[in-house]
Amino acid sequence: MDYRYLPVTGEDKEEMLKTIGVDSIDELFEDVPENIRFSGEMELQNALGETDLLKEMKRLSDRNANVQDCVSYLGAGVYEHYIPTVVDHVLRRSEFYTAYTPYQPEISQGELQAIFEFQTMVSELTGMDIANSSMYDGPTALAEAALMAASENRGKRRTIVVSETIHPEALDVLKTYASGPGITVKIVPEKDGQTDLDKLEDMVDADTAGVIVQYPNFYGTIEDLAAVRKAADKENSLMIVSANPLALGVLTPPGRFGADIVAGDAQPLGIPMQFGGPHCGFFATTKKHIRKVPGRLVGQTEDEDGSRGYVLTLQAREQHIRRDKATSNICSNQALNALAASVAMTALGKKGLKETAERNVKGAHFFKQLLKQKGIQLVYEAPSFNEFVINLGRPVAEVNEQLFKHGIIGGYDLGEVSRDKNGQMLVCVTELRTREQLETFAKHLEVLVHETA
Amino acid sequence: MKQPNQPLIFEQSKPGRVAYSLPGTNIPEQSLSDILPEGSIREEEPALPEVSELQLMRHYTALSNRNYGVDSGFYPLGSCTMKYNPKINEETARMAGFAATHPYQPEAQVQGNLEMMYDLQQALAQITGMDEVTLQPAAGAQGEWTGLMLIRALHEANGETERTEVIVPDSAHGTNPASATVAGFDHVTVRTDARGLVDLEHLKEVTSEKTAALMLTNPNTLGLFEEDIMEMADTIHQAGGRLYYDGANSNAIMGITRPGDMGFDVVHLNLHKTFTGPHGGGGPGSGPVGVKKELIPYLPGPVLTKENDTYYWDNDRPHSIGRVKPYYGNFGINVRAYTYIRTMGAEGLKKVSEYAVLNANYLMRRLEPYFDLPYGRHCKHEFVISGRRQKKLGVRTLDMAKRLLDYGYHPPTIYFPINVEECMMVEPTETEAKETLDAFADAMIGIAKEAEEDPEMVQEAPHTTVVGRLDETLAARKPVLTYNTETSLKSMK
Ligand SMILES: Cc1ncc(COP(=O)(O)O)c(C=O)c1O
Repeated sequence: MDYRYLPVTGEDKEEMLKTIGVDSIDELFEDVPENIRFSGEMELQNALGETDLLKEMKRLSDRNANVQDCVSYLGAGVYEHYIPTVVDHVLRRSEFYTAYTPYQPEISQGELQAIFEFQTMVSELTGMDIANSSMYDGPTALAEAALMAASENRGKRRTIVVSETIHPEALDVLKTYASGPGITVKIVPEKDGQTDLDKLEDMVDADTAGVIVQYPNFYGTIEDLAAVRKAADKENSLMIVSANPLALGVLTPPGRFGADIVAGDAQPLGIPMQFGGPHCGFFATTKKHIRKVPGRLVGQTEDEDGSRGYVLTLQAREQHIRRDKATSNICSNQALNALAASVAMTALGKKGLKETAERNVKGAHFFKQLLKQKGIQLVYEAPSFNEFVINLGRPVAEVNEQLFKHGIIGGYDLGEVSRDKNGQMLVCVTELRTREQLETFAKHLEVLVHETA
Repeated sequence: MKQPNQPLIFEQSKPGRVAYSLPGTNIPEQSLSDILPEGSIREEEPALPEVSELQLMRHYTALSNRNYGVDSGFYPLGSCTMKYNPKINEETARMAGFAATHPYQPEAQVQGNLEMMYDLQQALAQITGMDEVTLQPAAGAQGEWTGLMLIRALHEANGETERTEVIVPDSAHGTNPASATVAGFDHVTVRTDARGLVDLEHLKEVTSEKTAALMLTNPNTLGLFEEDIMEMADTIHQAGGRLYYDGANSNAIMGITRPGDMGFDVVHLNLHKTFTGPHGGGGPGSGPVGVKKELIPYLPGPVLTKENDTYYWDNDRPHSIGRVKPYYGNFGINVRAYTYIRTMGAEGLKKVSEYAVLNANYLMRRLEPYFDLPYGRHCKHEFVISGRRQKKLGVRTLDMAKRLLDYGYHPPTIYFPINVEECMMVEPTETEAKETLDAFADAMIGIAKEAEEDPEMVQEAPHTTVVGRLDETLAARKPVLTYNTETSLKSMK
């Protein structure tokens, strides 16, 4: 069989073997002991030609219901937003996507400058001094923030106090990361859809390296960051905020409240949902912590003629230099998605980011009012960005099954998080949802809720 | 040739320009201050750029023209497997059923995604010889840490909490010791011997009742096959430790030998290397982890399961180390890897490894007369040469790497592994034609001659790139990590 990715011809092979001084390719493997040689053929599905494979992949793809054919109200950490067409056109420039980490700055100025611009945009959005070039995703960025907090004060503080209102999977990931170095994770309970601030105050003590909240939180409501800052200040603990970057188009940025670290996922900015990944973690902090930041940083510098250029910098923090003493083990990150987010932020610009964010707030608010009119109960009264919780009074999975018959992908079943939230649905309304769609959704919900009432 | 700077996107901004267009939604106008409480509404707008759509495209096109990828030319960056990134992968990953699905859709709505993931797991288990695979880890380093956490959980379950050490060869990638630290282990270094292989006697010395695991790449980072692998495995296993396989170098062994058959207990693969997920300018990657039976209970949850042709998530994993990543991993990269595996099939993947090894050996022998070759045996998919000889002439490996830029190549990995002086690590990959290898060899030989005859030419390289050598010390001494008018405009030329 011929393979279109393999250019070596029979003649090439003969010449090459001759130069090497062996008779066969097999000879090159003579150092692989006989008893561990793999004999026979791996049991893999048969190879397919290009056209047949496209058909097969389309078959798999078509076995899924996608949000382009349906109308989706799912959010809960992954969001369907407007993605300007230009984003994918830039991503398909193969000078970007077929390159690797810009180790050779002279031929990587494009990537380096794009990342420098990304770092600037993230700093602007979050209201922080500096940002890194990306982390794997929001939850691992948050976990790295916790590890960084614990490494400050010469690693003497060993506790992270985290609100129960952060994304449950982020909490899971945080616990896994914390368990390695033996950091204690203490959980502040939720109260009325927000962090219980009294409990938070009580729980912060001299061992607290950092306090973590999410903004807006998992239930969609907007945490009182000023109060969180105050609680953290009690013991000089770091304040770590996991933020939705699009929400920061309309919400006061965490930097304004004195946050020490802002982490999150840039997915709402130009990155398709892709069944949950790859997305793009971001990590922003203050200058004070610059030498503890995990991951890659791009810095501005000059060449010998004084011409401006960009390089990977402060690499003494990183695994390839510091090995076991590195600030993180991260190596490959999410560079291409950082580029996607940069292009999206450029396309939206100052005005578009604000307008998009406001449309989320207004669309969600409009829908809340609509639901109230239909007698559907909102679980929390607190202000929200683009998500909120409703009570269906019956299993959410059942309701979602009915909704799907009408081409609607319903919201997230909070019963998955805790049993006492059975019957509660986390609904997301983005700038893509039209009045008509919302009215249809409300109508169906009304029927489904009152069926059992 | 040196070129004027591409202005930052912020420097091209002018109030009033836009490059977006939001959908019409008919939502009635409402006042923001009626919805959000005072103090929570942002006052100062973030300084995002304001440009038109064409300005945006020109900017990023200009940036792409100042970048170099595999499609631009030969990219023999050792340890990174810079092979061709198939274009069909980019199409399949963008199919609506893959790209426009939400991780929280009910299982019944996403059976296609689950089927693909399941089959990919099976394929990776088959390729590595492991019993079960998780697709959750985002990249190699996260795979390493995940694998070590699994080993830790196993030891803890067996009451062997005194196993606090992870053994790592001195030639190992930096992520190995770093991952050991994040997983809460101390790391112990084992030496490389004169053959370029792990020093077996030293390994025996450092192995003890404290050993939790040995981390190893095979072929190792010098591109050499650890032929004592079975004895090493016995040493570690007899001491009660486990073997971790860093799969960054799998491109050499597909269909030839499998980590599972070499005695490894845990492996990670870099799907962005061997399996053509593009490198993306630094990521995203995907770092699936495969394990032997005894470690299955500890895998990150949920675990994908199949029953009567229906796929679902098993969340009931009481011994799991917990999640390492939200949702189900870097799914979009996994679609690309799956597309690649289906393109090549079993026979094709074996050919990939054979040709990767053929190409590397050929290039190594062509360069051998001109550079120091620290280890003369047959290499696998990559090899290291040393610039010691040129260093005596005042030309360093860094200089030669920069000079290669003038010849239109991406240089090899340099100064890694750290145990080889003036190291250059060359990985041509199987997707390169002999003509390309010959032209590259000629360039390298040309540079070796220049080092003798005109060392300044090499020392002052590059001469043809858009910027000259950049001052890294300045960047680190006075870090400028974000744009602001004062620091940026000054040096714009
Ligand atoms: C030998 C080796 N191990 C581990 C890694 C880390 O992989 P990743 O960059 O995907 O985290 C690399 C890649 O750079 C590598 O070459």
